[in-house]
Order: sequence, then C-alpha cells, then structure tokens
Amino acid sequence: MKFTFARNACALAVTTLAITLAHSAPASAADEVNVYSYRQPFLTDPVFDAFTAESGIKVNTVFAKKGLIERLENEGDNSPADLVLVANVGTLAAAVDAQLTQPIDNAVLTNNIPASYRDEQGQWFGLTGRARIIVTAKERIESGLIETYADLAKPALKGRICTRSGKHGYMVELIASVIAHEGEDTTQTWLQDIKENLARKPQGNDRAQVKAIAQGECDVAIINSYYMGAMMSDPEQQSWADSVNVIYPNQADRGTHMNISGVFMTKAAPNRDNAIKLLEFLASDTAQSIYAEANHEFPIKSDVPASALVATWGTFKQDELPLSTIATHRAQASRMVDTIDYDG
Amino acid sequence: MPYAGSPNALHNTAVHPGRAAAEIPQVQYRRLERHSPIHASADVLSHASVVADPAGDTLSSRHRSLAPHKQMLSGWTAIALTIAFIVCLPILSVLWLAFNPQENIWPHLVNTVLSSYIANTIGLLMGVAAGTLLIGISTAWLVTHYEFPGRKLFNWALLLPFAVPAYVIAYIYTDLLEYAGPLQSALRMLFGWKLASDYWFPTIRSLPGAIVMMVLVLYPYVYLLARAAFLEQSASVLEAARVLGGRSHSRFFKVALPMARPAIAVGLAMALMETLNDFGTVDYFAVRTLTAGLYDVWLGMNNLGGGAQIASLLLIFVMMLIGLERISRRHQQNFQPTATRFKCLSRRRLQGSSALLAMSICLIPVLFGFIIPATVLLQYATQYFNQSWTSEFRQITLNSVLLSAIAATTAVTVGILLSYSQRLHPTRLLRTSVNLSSLGYAVPGAVLAIGVIIPFAMIDNTLDTFMRNSFGISTGLLLSGTVFALVFAYTVRFLAVAYGSVDASMKKISPHMDDAARSLGHSSITILTRIHLPLMKSGVLTAALVVFVDCMKELPATLILRPFNFDTLATHVYQYASDELIGEAALGSLLIVIVGLTPVILLTATIDRSRELKAADAAAVDPRTALANRS
Repeated sequence: MKFTFARNACALAVTTLAITLAHSAPASAADEVNVYSYRQPFLTDPVFDAFTAESGIKVNTVFAKKGLIERLENEGDNSPADLVLVANVGTLAAAVDAQLTQPIDNAVLTNNIPASYRDEQGQWFGLTGRARIIVTAKERIESGLIETYADLAKPALKGRICTRSGKHGYMVELIASVIAHEGEDTTQTWLQDIKENLARKPQGNDRAQVKAIAQGECDVAIINSYYMGAMMSDPEQQSWADSVNVIYPNQADRGTHMNISGVFMTKAAPNRDNAIKLLEFLASDTAQSIYAEANHEFPIKSDVPASALVATWGTFKQDELPLSTIATHRAQASRMVDTIDYDG
Repeated sequence: MPYAGSPNALHNTAVHPGRAAAEIPQVQYRRLERHSPIHASADVLSHASVVADPAGDTLSSRHRSLAPHKQMLSGWTAIALTIAFIVCLPILSVLWLAFNPQENIWPHLVNTVLSSYIANTIGLLMGVAAGTLLIGISTAWLVTHYEFPGRKLFNWALLLPFAVPAYVIAYIYTDLLEYAGPLQSALRMLFGWKLASDYWFPTIRSLPGAIVMMVLVLYPYVYLLARAAFLEQSASVLEAARVLGGRSHSRFFKVALPMARPAIAVGLAMALMETLNDFGTVDYFAVRTLTAGLYDVWLGMNNLGGGAQIASLLLIFVMMLIGLERISRRHQQNFQPTATRFKCLSRRRLQGSSALLAMSICLIPVLFGFIIPATVLLQYATQYFNQSWTSEFRQITLNSVLLSAIAATTAVTVGILLSYSQRLHPTRLLRTSVNLSSLGYAVPGAVLAIGVIIPFAMIDNTLDTFMRNSFGISTGLLLSGTVFALVFAYTVRFLAVAYGSVDASMKKISPHMDDAARSLGHSSITILTRIHLPLMKSGVLTAALVVFVDCMKELPATLILRPFNFDTLATHVYQYASDELIGEAALGSLLIVIVGLTPVILLTATIDRSRELKAADAAAVDPRTALANRS
C-alpha cells in the first residue's frame, strides 16, 4: 500500500475548497435572507417556502438548538445572519442583553403583534404562542379537581403527576411566571409540593407525559398546547391524546401562562431590507395560519383563527403579564429547581 | 522456537553508527536471553512478558544517538508543535472562557446539585468502564484465540453496534422498555397488572439504563483495540507459555492481557471520553451528570463561562484518568520486539457446550447493540417511509460521507505527523502539546464548537479589519461557517482517536528499523512512507475507520458550525429526534448505520487480509528488502 501524502493532501485541499465554495452563502445578496434558527426545519420550511414563492427571496437557514447566539456574537459585524428564530423568550432576552439585536420600528409588526408579545423597543417579536396547559386522565380525574396551576400542589394528587425536567425552558418559564405573580416563597412551596406529587422522576418531553397518562402511569401532566395537536394528527399517537382532557388553568384570575416562539434582527444584518420583508411576512395572515395549521400553535395575530382542533377546546384567557417581565425571573426559577432538587 | 527475525535485529543493532559501544552487550544480552527457550519462557511467565527496562533504555538511547540528524528533527518538531498548537486552539478558547464567567456559579452548585452531578458522572464512568472492558476484552480474546461456529462472522459483526449513535439506541430502548412500551404493556396484559405499583420493572431512564446504552455502543472501541493487540502478540511468547504448561486462563491473565494493556487502555480512554462528552443520552435519560450540568449552566442560567468551567473540570477528570493509567505502567516499556516476526496463532477449536458459550458471549452484544435496534429502526423506517423520504437524502448522505472521509484523512494524517515527530524527537514540550491537543475528545461537542468559533471568527474579523483599513476590501468571514470549520472541528474532536491508534502501531515498530534505514542513508520522510506506514497499515486503517464512523455520528458541533442550508444525516435526524419523533427519525438513523457499516466491514476484511499477508511473508518487512523493493 502506498501512502502518497502529497497527492492525498492535494485531493483533500481541493475537495474541501470545492464544498466550501459550493456551500458558503454570500453574506449579502440581492435576493436572499439568512436565518439562524432554533426551530426545526420541518416546522419552519413551509413558512419559508411560502415566503420565497411570494417574494422571490431565498431563505438560507442554519438550524441548531444551542450555540447559534454564541456563533452570532463571535462573528460580530461580519456575521451573515439577518434574523434569528428562537423557541423561547429566555433566549430572546439573552440576545438583547448581549447586544446582538437591532430595534425595528415597523407599523405592520406593531399592528399585527400584541404589545405583550413583543419587546417595547422592537428588539424582538413574538411569532406564535403556546399555552402551558394541564391535561388530565379522562377517567381518573373528576372535573373541578384541577382548575389552576396552584391546584397541582393538592395532596389528592400525590404520586399522580408527570412532567418533563424542571430545567427545561418551558418549565423554567412557567415557574418564572408563578414567581412573577405570587413571589418567590409561595412559588418554592408550590414547586416543592408538586415534586411530592410526582409519579416518576421528571423525564421525556411533553408528548411523553401524555403517553404516560394514556398508559396509566400517571394522571396529570403539564404540557405545551401544540403537542396535543401533533399527537392528534399522528395515527399512532391519537389514542394518547384521546385519553386526556385539556384544562386551561387560572381562567378565573390571571389567565393561562403563554410562552412564545419569536424572532429578532441581528445588529449587523447584511440583508436588512429582505429581512424586514420576511419579518412582515412572518406576522402576516398567510404565515400565521401556516403556523396554526401545521403546528397547532396560537397565531399571535389576533384575527387569525387557531387550527380547527385547537378551536374545539374553546377560547380562553391568556396571562397578559409581559413576557419580558417573566424573563427577568428565569434565573431565580432555574435555581429554585436545583434548590428543591425537582429533577432528583 | 522459531525466531526468524533475530539475525536481522542483531545485525541492525551492530551496524548502527551512533550507538554507544557500552550498550551493545546489554542489547545482545536481551537477545540472547530470548534465544534460550527456558530462560525466555520463565521470563515470560514471571514478568508478564512485557519487555522491561532494557528495551526502554535502548529506545531512549537510540533517540539520543540520532544526533547527526538533529537539524532535520527540529524541522519535524516545529511542524508538530505548530499543528499541535492549532489543534489546541479550541481547547484553549474553552479554558479562556472559563476565566470569564458571567457570574460565579459554584456557591449555588455546591449547595445544591454538584454532589449529585459528580456522583452520577463517576458512576457512569465506572459502569461504562466495567462493561466495555468485560465485553470488549472477552469477545476479542474469543475471536482471536478460539475457533467456534460463527467466529469469522463475529469477528466483524462485533463492530456493528459502533455505527449506531448512542442517542438513537437510547430512544429505541426507551420506546421498547418504558412503562408505555410494548414489553411492559405485554407483561401487564399477561399477568393482569393494572398500575405501575403492581409490579417491579427496572426503569430504563436511569443511571444503570444510561450505562447499558453506552456500553452497548462503546464496547467496540475496546474490542477493536484489544483484538488488534491480541492478533499482533507474538505467537512465540504465547506458545512458550503454553509449552510451559501455563493454563488457558493464566496465559490470558499473566501474558496476553498485560501485553495488550496499552492498547486496551487507549480503547477504554476513547470509550470514557465519549461517555463524558455525551449529552443526548444522559439528557434523554434524565441522568444529571457534569455534562448535563454544563449545558444547564450555559443555556439554562445563560452562563457560558460557567459552563466552560465545568468543561475544564471534565478535562481535569480526563487528564487524571490518563495520568493514572500511565503511572501505573510507568515501568513497562511496551514495544513489540517481534513486530517483524509475525506468526499466526493456531486457534483452539471449541466443541459442544464451550462452543455454545463462546457463541452466546459474542452474540449478546451484537444482538442488543445492533440486531434489535436495527430491526426497530427498519420497522419504523418502513412505516414512516412516505413522510420521511425526501429527494434531499442523496445530497445529505453524500455530504456526510464526503465530510467524514475528509475529516478522517485529515485526522489520521495529523495523528501520524504528531506520532512520528515524537518518535524522532521525544521532548517534553512536544509530548505535552500532543497530549493537550488530543483532549478535544473529552470536550462536549457543542462547547468545542464554541471553542472553534472563537479563534476562527477572531482570525476572520482581524483579517477583515486589516484588509478594510489597508485596501478598502472587506473579506468577511473566510473560515467561520464553512465546511473547513467543520473538518477542523472533527479533526480536533477525534484526533485523540486517530493519534491513539496510530501511535500504538508506531510504537510497536522496532527502533532498529529506523536505525538500519538511517545507516543506509534514507531520510526521515522515506523511512516514514516506505517502512513505517506499510508496517502500520492496520493501525492507520483502524484509526481512519473509527474517525470516519465517529464523524458520521457527530452531531452537536456539526449543528452549530455548519454553513447555511447544509445538512448531514446526523443533523437531519436530529430535527426529529430532538422532538422524540422516533418514527420520522428512523430512516435517517438507519442510513447513518448502513453508511457507517460499509467501511467497518470493508476495513475489517482488509485488516485481516493484511495480517495474513504479513504472517506469510514476514521476511519482506526486513527494512533493506522493503527499501530495495520500492526504490
């Protein structure tokens, strides 16, 4: 066997160069817009395809669930990214803190997106809403037993609740919202009581909690609303979703906790005009109903109807406390999860 | 006792120009000792056959003796140091981050979860170490020393689980074994149980569950290296033990195992480092290890510096492990004086129940690590084929293969350069830099990716500023967000694997080879390309194979560093897997496994064939013949 290093090295260099050139998107091009996305392509592609069809502007994406903010930060002024799509308000707040965003003052966006779902200065905008709902086993939980998040602490639920890890963003934000409304001490007692009521160590995603109810491992779970929609449209999983009732908590007082997916424009945005077109499109009726239909999220634009399935659960009162306020309690919430050893 | 190569060895020693005269008697003493069967065998049994100090002395005095080539050597050292430095950049960046935390996380961690992070991490490491050693060594010993039905098949089939990513196997077994899964549902139906409290069943999402999953996909590291080591062990040494009536188990524990120990240690180190940087499995199983804690501090508490501090703690963990292993065999100089005298071991034929036992021992890891998960994947892939098949799959597969092949070539080339430079000029500085540069394997992928972004973006932006100021041209980002960044990250991440395997082979080549070639006036490059590389073929191929498969499975760094609109099989699978959509993820996962398997099978065959050839014409590797044949 002959190792010819020179030849190997040359081939290597040429190939690397070739794919590098083939794949590196120009930082700025007339008909393109570059997006770093924390949301999965199978969710975002339908919306981007519709945008490209309408405007002729190509959307280039990189998807990852962590590290894109850091990539953006280090790339600095030369970053090719125009927009960053984010799956929770914590990341949006972190981006503002790290001064990676640029404020947008745009009438379409401010008209379409309610004030509590966007930053005051226009540093970020919510695009879709998800309610943090409670689901209960149809046959094992009588109606009226659980009407609020606080009810989850009832001793009657001992050994019957399932949740995902308390460290997950959706849980942390729910806890942060309870802190914002009821203060840290009350929240800690509440969380401690829920831990006492857990049927098993926190694990799996929200869908796995419903599956556990369907199989009788637990009776109550806290999940994001769109998981119900996703299960309903999967033939395998439909029976799981069928086994539970949906409860919008706290309808008599502050309303159900909402979290959002959102977007911000980067400070350096090389394709600013195209990016604004995409932002406007994302807040438009077309994009909002694609989100609603494809992923059963709540359209943030109030006159776009929710998906037919979500509509069957009726209308409900949403927690109006600005998400930016809730975000300020995230660190406290995250520490609280450690302090009471929620996941242990 | 056959000892075909010894005249050459003696000859080489004698003709070396630079060797101190005083050493020759010592060397000859050693050789003579080996000529006497009784003497040698006694030595074999009592000292576990590891050639002790004389060899070490010979090796180091040889390096001192190469003084006339010093100028050439310093060139190699400079190249090696430069490469090592570049490879170290991401690790240094992570350390730099660790000095700049957003806030001090330690009081909070110490008061709350740190003890459970550490306990889980140690538990996980010990469990994985025990499991991979047990399975890896026992199967490697069986397929190399015994003949039983299916041995030839197991020889390569035992590598199959290697192609299955740990997070994928974790999803599959959770699906099968959790409360809502088919197994427990069937049990409940069968016995009429209604609730979870009616019966006991081990929870799959737990520390022991995570250990089992990791062992199932990581034992091939130990198997691969142990098998290579057992195959390369001199038949004469083991035969000596056999002649002297050493029983099968004492031959194994007193001779073969200690001789294979350095290779096994490399395999184990790889398995443990992979365990440390795993996030997918521990996250899915809700096992709070230091790595899980790292991500929580970084992403949950928005404190990248704090996360980097935990990453540095992990590195210290790894360095301690490696250091302990090295110290414990400080006095053993492992080099195979018989690398040139290869002789096939005759395998003992097993009959009846012992053959059955051997078959079951080999079947169990393949069954649970490959056959079951692959069957489940196949089933899902068929069921969800219409949803998951896209026309982009061809491009995505091509991306994965090309990228992994390039990265494997790069990592192995760098590994060879570093190993050879150290052989030529073993300075402490070089050794330290090389050790540091192979730490990338223990850094969790996403953190390493940030470590790659930092220096790359810095270089890009500095160059851009300079070009703007001097020439008014903006060069933008040249390195960041390109395939080059990915190849670089893979090289850094998997260099330990490439270097470990290459270096182990390199060390087995007798220094007399170098001496002989040198005395005949050949340059260090010629020696490397014409003598070492052909001799190291199986080690080099093994390294390339392992890095290739590792790159196919690599996920976190790929996600963060890739260019726009660029997918590999792993990233494509991840968008579904991250949402626990196992059905949609199945087809892509299956492709990772299939594409990863092809080289596994091909290369195992090549390595085996090259071994047989090597055994057949051991004479051809006489350095002079080798050089004469090629020039």
